[in-house]
Amino acid sequence: MVNSAPILDTQAVRRTLRRLAHEIVESNQGVEGLVLIGIQRGGDVIAQRIADDIEEIEGVRPGLGALDVTLHRDDLDRRHPEPQPSALPDVDGKVVVLVDDVLMTGRTVRAALDALNDFGRPRIVRLAVLVDRGHRELPIRADMVGKNIPTSREDNVRVLLQEEDGRDAVVILPGRMES
Amino acid sequence: MTSTASAPLTAQGRRPGRSWEHQHVLDLDDFSVGEIETVLNLADRMREVLDRRIARVPALRGYTVVNLFYEPSTRTRASFELAGKVLGADVISVTANTSSVVKGESLIDTVRTLRAMRADAIVMRHSIAGAPYLAATNTDASIINAGDGAHAHPTQALLDLYTIKSRLGSIAGKRVVMVGDISHSRVARSDMWGLTAMGAEVVLCGPPTLLPRGLRAQDRPAHAESALPNVTIETDIDRAIEGADVVMALRLQSERQQRGLLPSLHEYAQLYQVTAQRLAKAKPDHVLMHPGPKNEGIEIAGAVAAGQHSIIEEQVTNGVAIRMALLYLLSGRTDLPGDGGSVTSEARA
Amino acid sequence: MTTIAIHNGHVIDPALGQDGIADVVIVDGRIARVGPGEGDAVIDAERIDATGLVVSPGFVDLHTHLREPGFEGKETIRTGTEAGARGGYTTVCAMPNTMPALDSRAAIESVLREAEASARIRVLPIGAITVGRQGKELTPQGELQAAGVVALSDDGDAVADPSLMRHALEYSTRFNLPIAQHCEDPSLVRDGHMHEGWVATRLGLRGRPASAEETMVARDIALAELVGAHLHICHVSTAGSVALIAAARERGARVTAEVTPHHLTLTHEEVAFADDYVHIRYNTNAKVNPPLREEADLEALANALRDGVIDAIATDHAPHGVNDKAIEFDLAAPGLTMLETAFGLSMRLVHEGRLSLPTLIERLTIGPVRTWRLDEIPGLQGLGTLAPGALGDVAILDPDAEWTVEPEAFASKGKNTPLGGKTLRGRVVATIANGQIVHETERMVAL
Repeated sequence: MVNSAPILDTQAVRRTLRRLAHEIVESNQGVEGLVLIGIQRGGDVIAQRIADDIEEIEGVRPGLGALDVTLHRDDLDRRHPEPQPSALPDVDGKVVVLVDDVLMTGRTVRAALDALNDFGRPRIVRLAVLVDRGHRELPIRADMVGKNIPTSREDNVRVLLQEEDGRDAVVILPGRMES
Repeated sequence: MTSTASAPLTAQGRRPGRSWEHQHVLDLDDFSVGEIETVLNLADRMREVLDRRIARVPALRGYTVVNLFYEPSTRTRASFELAGKVLGADVISVTANTSSVVKGESLIDTVRTLRAMRADAIVMRHSIAGAPYLAATNTDASIINAGDGAHAHPTQALLDLYTIKSRLGSIAGKRVVMVGDISHSRVARSDMWGLTAMGAEVVLCGPPTLLPRGLRAQDRPAHAESALPNVTIETDIDRAIEGADVVMALRLQSERQQRGLLPSLHEYAQLYQVTAQRLAKAKPDHVLMHPGPKNEGIEIAGAVAAGQHSIIEEQVTNGVAIRMALLYLLSGRTDLPGDGGSVTSEARA
Repeated sequence: MTTIAIHNGHVIDPALGQDGIADVVIVDGRIARVGPGEGDAVIDAERIDATGLVVSPGFVDLHTHLREPGFEGKETIRTGTEAGARGGYTTVCAMPNTMPALDSRAAIESVLREAEASARIRVLPIGAITVGRQGKELTPQGELQAAGVVALSDDGDAVADPSLMRHALEYSTRFNLPIAQHCEDPSLVRDGHMHEGWVATRLGLRGRPASAEETMVARDIALAELVGAHLHICHVSTAGSVALIAAARERGARVTAEVTPHHLTLTHEEVAFADDYVHIRYNTNAKVNPPLREEADLEALANALRDGVIDAIATDHAPHGVNDKAIEFDLAAPGLTMLETAFGLSMRLVHEGRLSLPTLIERLTIGPVRTWRLDEIPGLQGLGTLAPGALGDVAILDPDAEWTVEPEAFASKGKNTPLGGKTLRGRVVATIANGQIVHETERMVAL
């Protein structure tokens, strides 16, 4: 899979993340009250990257957290994945930007919105994703999108990240999804 | 949601220490180290959920848990009820007083009736050893043993393991001393399986009339050596506690004295009560446990039960997390990371 | 005149010392002739080819629970004796723990009437030692003997009161009736449901210690010696009991003993383990009183059986309904159905080389007959033998045939056996009782 021609190569991924950082700061008009929350797993690393970029741009680091949504999923009768740790700063009255790597059906984001409620009541919740590949099943839309990639439902979109995969790239593997 | 005992697993890539193949939780004797670790790791996640401002997730929405208690119990029942409710399951409790049990309906009938009402898991407490095994062979609902006679109490043992691990960092190599009525203790029986599996040294201490036969390796034939855990038996509490990392006092029921197993509760307290003086011989950073409910002044001195080494209350909180973990595992398929069904970003989208 | 000629079988009759190829001819319900070629001399006979098979006297069981009257859901005289016929038995002694208990002339007579009407094989009743088996008052032994009992027993329970037991034994000397005791001290087995030992510890079940049996065996031997009575120890299960019985007989005490096929061959592990020591079960079909014991006990029992310290194999056939067993272990009824598997299970000792086939047959035929002097009862002369003039009771056996135990196919109403699905080597091919073929399998070849 690593040999597939990337949709976004290393440079493109980094540029896209940087642009998302700019957009987030701009929409919030600064870093004040801003909390980035990455959705486990995949979104947490991207949220970290964006937080790094924002810190570079603004000289201030936004709040950062990781949210696991496993226990809020609506497809648990089919599979029971192992929950990952959640670690959130105080979100009451904050502007929370949920960060994920790929947006497709919207079910993960729906679960994340529910899960977020267990931790507090943010003033505003926005959504930023690196890739939006369509095929929505719920009325959910990202506020900030790194790249729209039209795909077939069966395609397998992988976001590779330096921290976990040794390089940054977005690739498409044709074929059936795992679920 | 009726998972079968052996859901298909992809062998390739399964991470060691992460596995789950149980349809039922009957005792820890058939748990692998990996399975115990799976439960303990998951309990960490569940503790985190418990500590949230709103400790309620919908993971087990549509899953029905029935507490079937043939014997009174406050804490175990409440613990399972909470565990189920935090995970969004429907939980109902049936006690021998209100069910058709008193009308002479057989255990098998009762379990099948509950299953026909779409119970997914049946948490069972029974005064007769083996009753959950009878239930498990007669239903495809998951049976969780919440204590059967003097036989087993696996969820208590798992919460004990979890509590020891979270307090002492590890279980392997620790000297764990259980003091009291070993013969009638289902907690001791399940604990000794779990503790020895995880590499602890287990010492059982009590008066000879309350120690079961057959626990010494020489009491059973060589071919059956593995049929019971490898433990040390000690009738002198001071020798037993020496160098202990964990001391667990077991509940003594006054019935034992009435049946002639003990001359008097006074003498029992003299010889076997866990006291501060006796604990002085344990390791300086030892912890003190009790499965509850306690008889302070009999098997445990009130001062030490509430003292700085006591982690009795933590056991109770952890009990909810452990039962959440078990319900979660039983309610789903065995899709754990590395099993080929892990949640990767593209599948999640 | 009906004639059955059994040709060319390997006739083993321990009573007569016969052990070789011969024909057996039965005429009008009695053994007529036994010897090589004897069958060819008779005309107009029903002929059976026993080539390659063993021909033995019909088996005699000193310990059968027929459950009638009172527990016809578990077994009836009809189904129990049918089960006996399938197991090679031609005589069974019926235990009195029925409802009502067989403690009066009327009760005994009703059993004999029902047996006359429906039994497939001979039924000899055993009377209760105490009224209602309550362990309080003695039954009228003279009246019971006149009604036809062959022994007295409160089996299922022990006569716990030592003084009452002494009097039961003492009084029985007037009638020369064996007093058959179920030896387990009730106080020592209270709440116990299997052998006390490491398996019970694994299962968290309370145990019935070997000493609960041994203390009562010792007590009752002492009482029997005191009054000179005939004490019969039912279903001996421990090495300690064997030693006590051996010593008593050495002293000349009138003590006899029986052992069951299951106590000879199955251990307490049967309760808990099927394939490995990781997974346990609570096998109520292996729940029996006294309980299945340990390897050392099995060995002592087999040796005692071989050496004649134990006189007889008795089945303790104890049929129960499904609902008596498909319940919690402590609540399940003790006992297992045994008549149809007794020969195959006991043959394990022969196949393992621990007992000769003639000795096994002795302990199933003339052994039990002599133990209770059954052949002294009018009409039962020659019982347990193939002597000319003896009752026409014959078992035709295939000692090497392997078969799988299918409880659902049992004639007994009791399907409660731990042997279901297991393979036994040794099968009863046909049974002839009183000159009538009461059981035959496809292996039996008519000529």
